[in-house]
Amino acid sequence: MPLHIKRLILVFALFIALFLVLRHFLVPESFGQYGHYRGKALEEIASREVHHVGVNACASCHDTIVNLKASGLHETLTCEGCHGAGYLHVKSPKTEKLFIPTKVRDFCGVCHQKNAARGKDQVKQIDLKLHPVHVIPQHPNVNLNRPKNEIKCTECHNPHEPWQ
Amino acid sequence: MAINKDNTNRRKFLINSGAILGGVFATTLIKPFNAVIFAAEEPKKALPWYGVGIDIEKCIGCGRCANACKNENDVPREPFFFRNWVEQYTIKNDGSIKVESPNGGIDGFKQSVPDEEIFKTFFVPKMCNHCAKSPCEEVCPVGATFRSPEGVVMIDVKYCIGCRYCIQACPYGCRYMHPVKNVADKCTLCYHRLKKGLDPACMANCPTGARIYGDLHDKKSALVKFLKDHNCMVLKPQLNTRPKLYYNALAQEVR
Repeated sequence: MPLHIKRLILVFALFIALFLVLRHFLVPESFGQYGHYRGKALEEIASREVHHVGVNACASCHDTIVNLKASGLHETLTCEGCHGAGYLHVKSPKTEKLFIPTKVRDFCGVCHQKNAARGKDQVKQIDLKLHPVHVIPQHPNVNLNRPKNEIKCTECHNPHEPWQ
Repeated sequence: MAINKDNTNRRKFLINSGAILGGVFATTLIKPFNAVIFAAEEPKKALPWYGVGIDIEKCIGCGRCANACKNENDVPREPFFFRNWVEQYTIKNDGSIKVESPNGGIDGFKQSVPDEEIFKTFFVPKMCNHCAKSPCEEVCPVGATFRSPEGVVMIDVKYCIGCRYCIQACPYGCRYMHPVKNVADKCTLCYHRLKKGLDPACMANCPTGARIYGDLHDKKSALVKFLKDHNCMVLKPQLNTRPKLYYNALAQEVR
């Protein structure tokens, strides 16, 4: 074998050895455990904190409201769907308060504003520009002689028990 | 032709047979590279193989799914970062199509087209399709985007270099650049909740039960029943990304 070929083989061998050494240090430990990615990433994502704590956590303190809601038309709604994720509130109930909608006309309208795309049998729909059209017997004191956008939905409807 | 006493034909035959047999055995060695050579098949293992079903007929466009997702996964509240969102499709009488998604549907939809002009209108909730052959996973240059053994496409935030290649590769527009972490971000099907036995946040908070997920391997799962009961369709099937997000009552206008 000519000398220059021998030298070339030596150079190649050196490069391959260098590559293997570098690869050993650069590739993370769990890479390729399941596929072409870091297997530990699965555990890292799975260990993230759950933010929506669920209705059972709410019921441990607010059981009257939870029971009230469960008996009404809003039974399919979750507490945290309207009030936001409760993981901080569960940890420190005094300081971390949940969201209570104040612009209720807009907030209720998110589901109940009339829209041709909403299934008529899925949700009760009203036209927010016109509603309410008449005094409900159960709430005779609500003054309807105001601009409609000043009348709050919650003056007549209890969001936790909408038809009482 | 005279009979060949040296029997070279038999020798050739044996050599060729051996070569064919050896070749068959050798092809079994490429099994680890299946994903490169063949269309990827889901693993036939004990692990679940997650898919999602969305019933467009049930969706009322309240955007609670998009809102819950932002709360659960610390997605920035600005109106252009979404892991999932809702679109309203309006097909007018003249045939033109209007698609709108104000703040992903979180603040509600105002019907912008008067009733007389509407031929058909409906809401389409969008999210990651968790494709079995996801283009985003294929283009990632560093192996930061991956499909878990359960078929959930996720991002390794420690490994992502923020090159945005996956964002432009996703045909469904389901990825965005996280403005604080400077890495790509996307739906994980709430993997951290799945592993703890909880439903993904968007599905737990859907008031009409329009969204379900389930194990496609388990013939008794809610998703398999949903697929049997409805005529379901996926988005952009011609791209052969094999999405696992199935829509009931999907109109052909939806892209």
